[in-house]
Amino acid sequence: MTNSGSSVFQTAGLPRRLGDSRLNSERSEDEGRTQIMRVLVIEDDKETALFLQKSLKENGHTADLAHDGEAGLSLAADGAYDVLIVDRMLPRLDGLSLIKSLRTEGNRTPVLILSALGEVDDRVKGLRAGGDDYLTKPYAYSELLARVEALGRRTAPEEQQTRYSVGDLVLDRLSHRVTRGGEHILLQPREYRLLEYLMQHAGQVVTRTMLLEHVWDYHFDPQTNVIDVHVSRLRAKIDKNFDKPLLHTVRGAGYTIRDGPA
Amino acid sequence: MTALLDRIAKAASTTAFGLSALAVAFFLFAAAVVVGFLFWQTNKLFTDQVLATLTAESRILSSELKVGGQGKLIETVTALSRPEGLGLYYLADTSGSKIAGNLNRIPPELDTDGHGGVFSYQPSEGDGPAHLAVAIPVDLGPDLRLIVGRDVEDQRAFANSIRSVFLLGFGLLSIVGLLGGLAVSRRIVNRMDQITATSRQIMDGDLSQRIPTTGRGGELDGLASNLNEMLDRIESLMNGLREVSDNIAHDLKTPLNRLRNSAEAALRDSRGEDAYREGLERTIEKADELIKTFNALLLIARLEAGPLEDSTETFDLGRLVADVSELYSPAAEEAGFALAIEVEQGVFVCGNRQLIGQAMANLIDNAIKYSRGGEPGSTITVRAYRLDGQPAISVGDHGPGITEADRERALKRFVRLEASRTKPGTGLGLSLVAAVARLHHGEVRLEDNYPGLKVVLLLSSKCLIATAEGQGVAAAGIAAQ
Repeated sequence: MTNSGSSVFQTAGLPRRLGDSRLNSERSEDEGRTQIMRVLVIEDDKETALFLQKSLKENGHTADLAHDGEAGLSLAADGAYDVLIVDRMLPRLDGLSLIKSLRTEGNRTPVLILSALGEVDDRVKGLRAGGDDYLTKPYAYSELLARVEALGRRTAPEEQQTRYSVGDLVLDRLSHRVTRGGEHILLQPREYRLLEYLMQHAGQVVTRTMLLEHVWDYHFDPQTNVIDVHVSRLRAKIDKNFDKPLLHTVRGAGYTIRDGPA
Repeated sequence: MTALLDRIAKAASTTAFGLSALAVAFFLFAAAVVVGFLFWQTNKLFTDQVLATLTAESRILSSELKVGGQGKLIETVTALSRPEGLGLYYLADTSGSKIAGNLNRIPPELDTDGHGGVFSYQPSEGDGPAHLAVAIPVDLGPDLRLIVGRDVEDQRAFANSIRSVFLLGFGLLSIVGLLGGLAVSRRIVNRMDQITATSRQIMDGDLSQRIPTTGRGGELDGLASNLNEMLDRIESLMNGLREVSDNIAHDLKTPLNRLRNSAEAALRDSRGEDAYREGLERTIEKADELIKTFNALLLIARLEAGPLEDSTETFDLGRLVADVSELYSPAAEEAGFALAIEVEQGVFVCGNRQLIGQAMANLIDNAIKYSRGGEPGSTITVRAYRLDGQPAISVGDHGPGITEADRERALKRFVRLEASRTKPGTGLGLSLVAAVARLHHGEVRLEDNYPGLKVVLLLSSKCLIATAEGQGVAAAGIAAQ
């Protein structure tokens, strides 16, 4: 027998299921639900930058481009952007220095770092430089979109809410109680954390990697469908005995919790 | 002959020779200073002695004159002036004509108005070489002039012989010192030549060459064995690289080819848009597989290149093991396994939490993949414990296991034993676990689980943080929350 095939660090990003191309059309149907964001893409590879600009526009956001670090820094410092997407290796001024100088100027715009370096220590360096999230190339666009939208939301004031509600599902962060339609739902601690994270990002797509990172604090790809099993257990508890499902699977991307059409 | 000269010239141009020549030069200089001082002292002693004798004699002679008058003095001087004696005398009247004594004339080197000095004179009989002498004038009043002297030729000869002994000694010292330096440098040059020759062979591509050591344990032996160890490491890295490039050819080219095939097949498909869509989806799937293999390779390469920059943290190993197991237990249950977790409390380690978590995930994933679930006793046991002071994690299954002969091979990169060819995966899972173990100065052991496979990931005992009793209790408290 061979015990050698298995997973490896992997980084954010590759959808476990296919159908990325369908994601855009699928998402655009409920455009109204996601906040429209101004994104600045600082990426020296023009093809990648244009692809990101086009894709973000398709998802209802606006995107400006900068192809080197200096241009990126002046745009980022002047314009009021909701999220910056910064490539780590840029001509003129590298991504990490760009972020550092932004942060010293007091600019707190959320930054998603894109990098070809995916190793453990590089992620740490990126986040230490002031980045808010780190995505390794090659990535799936659905992963990038989900992270950009999650970052854009972080500035929103409702972050420190003590109570989340989606439809008739309510999560009370003070008493750690979850109810649906007034009925108490008993959750395991991990299931509670999972639901809390999903509800914090209600209406947004949350990828499996994001769940693994934020609910379990692991930055590796577990290869097998471990997250799916946890989500389906949670779903069994919150949706099973109710008419209207709230926890939806977004094909090719991840999960979303929302009160709306399936 | 020219070869020998060449070798000598080479030895003479070495640092070792330069150093020994310098040492010889310093030694000679110090010796010259000491000898010169000795010589000067001896000379002074002799001169003082001679002068004291002369002064005593002149006092006696002047008292002779006082007591016995001029006649007595002449008598005494004549009696003292024996031809073979060392004493030299010259007595003259005011006009300067000689009255008595064995000197023929007043030596011209001596001051006429009466200071002593050194002069050379011809001994009265024979025509041998001139002798060296010292003389002082004696004050006998206005009527007489007397010079009392002493032949110091013996002392001069003594000084001369000492000088030549010293010169000979210095010559001998310099020659022996320089020859010794040459011999030492020849030895060093020989050793260096061996090292140079070996490194040239290695540069020419023969990495199996090693520098010979004498086994005497000198610093050159130390250098040689260090270089040999470095060469061992380089050779194993080179072999690893060669192995990897061979395997990359296989394990990356095959999926790359499949990717290309699926794209081509989709293009040829006559069903149009649906077929294209399917083809693109398949292409993405295959690209993802490739990326995973690539990432795994890069990570292993990164881990083997050396320690990661400040990515270590202190954490509770038992808690990590329980956490990762909890992450996997629903998936394991679905596959028909029971995940048994046995955790020793208070095993705090300092290491890379993400990598150790990844290694564990790989092990649990392998256990699920390669053993049959849904049968009675299909339990996967995950443990965190201390083994002889080393933090350890073990994952045991009751699957088919790995035969003893295959165990070492299974830890190598890209090795996929037969059964795994049909299973998905990069073939790098266990190699990554081994790389994580090496990063923590530990090792991976594959053991029999009676039946099945038990993989033990051992970290170095240095990774274990000493825990007091209280900390263990505190950890248990945290874990219980």
